[in-house]
Amino acid sequence: MAHIRLGFKNLRDVLNAVGGPRRSSAKRFFAQDAELKRTALYDFHVAEGAKMVPFAGWEMPVKYKTGITEEHLHVRQQVGIFDVSHMLQTRVEGKDRKEFMEKMVVTDIQGLQDNQGTLTVFTNDQGGILDDLIINNTDKDYLYVVSNAGCADTDLAHMKATEASFQKSGGDVKLSVIENALLAVQGPQMVSVLQPGVDFDLKNLPFMTTTEGKVFGVEGCRITRCGYTGEDGVEISVPQSGAEQLLSSLLASSHASVKMIGLGARDSLRLEAGLCLYGNDINATTTPVEANLTWLVSKTRRQKLDFPGAEIIVNQIKKKPTKRRVGFVSSGAPIRGHAKIFSEDGSELIGETTSGCPSPSLKVNVSMGYVQTPFAKNGTKIKIEVRKKMVDAEVSKMPFVPSKYYILK
Amino acid sequence: MAASFARRAIFPTYRCLNGLTRYRQNACHARFISLSNNFQASQWFTKDHEWVTIDGQKGTIGISNYAQEKLGEIVYVELPEIGTSIDAEEVAGCLESVKAASDIVNPVSGTVTEINEALKDEPALVNSKPMDEGWLYKMDLASDVRTDDLMDAAAYKEYCKSCD
Repeated sequence: MAHIRLGFKNLRDVLNAVGGPRRSSAKRFFAQDAELKRTALYDFHVAEGAKMVPFAGWEMPVKYKTGITEEHLHVRQQVGIFDVSHMLQTRVEGKDRKEFMEKMVVTDIQGLQDNQGTLTVFTNDQGGILDDLIINNTDKDYLYVVSNAGCADTDLAHMKATEASFQKSGGDVKLSVIENALLAVQGPQMVSVLQPGVDFDLKNLPFMTTTEGKVFGVEGCRITRCGYTGEDGVEISVPQSGAEQLLSSLLASSHASVKMIGLGARDSLRLEAGLCLYGNDINATTTPVEANLTWLVSKTRRQKLDFPGAEIIVNQIKKKPTKRRVGFVSSGAPIRGHAKIFSEDGSELIGETTSGCPSPSLKVNVSMGYVQTPFAKNGTKIKIEVRKKMVDAEVSKMPFVPSKYYILK
Repeated sequence: MAASFARRAIFPTYRCLNGLTRYRQNACHARFISLSNNFQASQWFTKDHEWVTIDGQKGTIGISNYAQEKLGEIVYVELPEIGTSIDAEEVAGCLESVKAASDIVNPVSGTVTEINEALKDEPALVNSKPMDEGWLYKMDLASDVRTDDLMDAAAYKEYCKSCD
């Protein structure tokens, strides 16, 4: 979801994008900056020495003072906080709200328990993915939906159009945007940092569940056990007025070292966790089956065939898709997106990578992409082209780094 | 002189006024290096943050401390092959950090004679010792090496200030 896209550039351009502290206002991006949105924590980031970059129409921190590798490892070892307020938070009310969401997504929403959430995807009539999102079935008579900043405009338009037709046919639903800030608190020490600030036991909030509450004195927060790093973590939706107070309390924790983390490390963390970035690893031309997200397509929905692109998707589940998203591990030149993938002997073009980076945790290069199905088996040896040279790589299971979600046994 | 000023005028946005002024002054008396004369080693910087040390007919190329600091930990270095002729401003190789791949833009024309083999096992030498042990490659310089598009250390220092 959060990410920064960098092609091959000279040092100067790369430094402009990832390197130095904040650009002074006289620089060449001035006109563009003027149109960018800022989160409630913008001043806080700047004071922390963040390098701010344009991302999905927002001015966001790509890294802070120490750098991406250090930030990445800090999340794997301690606790990191990401400002993800640019993501679209939506409130879906009305008695037919679950049926309404099922008009657009592939997952069984009616079957969610109270305060349970799920990852899912909006699909189009061809079975392509329009966005990935999380739907939480709160026990307060509304669904709390979080989707990507990069798709915010199209997601909202899609949901509003569906709302209009749904209401026309007598359905009871009402959409509204939640203007809260959103903080992701991620890492193995998250519980020790957050527990002192909440009046419930975090043991009772397993992965993909949500609750309302006060956090470090800030009223009106929604705490959801989820994240985009593979670590145990929560995302806290907090009224903008209380965002900085909450952030300061978390950073001041005496129970673990808590640091701010930028979008750069967010991208390398999600890659190691094998999680998709919309626009790179999944898009309107890839189906959930091809994207290895078949598990999102619930049994009940497969039977009812009542979501956009259902026939195509269910047919692909039965017959196997022609291409599939898999992970790759390699050494040597790091693999990024849009690299061509060849069979081991180099004779046959079998696919293309969609994203990749040197893994700070594993010290090898990890990447993901689509290959023709016969090459999708773990352990298959392949070649990936980087700057006109062939790099040896192997199809690998994902996540590359084992996930540490808090799941009740 | 007129030609070199015209060339700069094509890329005005990259330059800072401070750096540019000093850099022009320097360019005036050091825009040509005659290889037949015995010159002391001199160090020059590019606006892309590479450096080149010129000693007679030999050149050694690296990236600046400013660049390594901003790039973060270098995890992979791709260098040109020995024997390759590379023009000034041509891409000579690549430096990779977790998030970014950055081209190495060759500062002066020449033929590659040696690459820093130590970077294969320890690419982060570029971070720890960018100005000496973290050098990238050495060249036999072309006979008419021009430094008038390059900055000396003082001008480069000013230029970096403008990049922040």
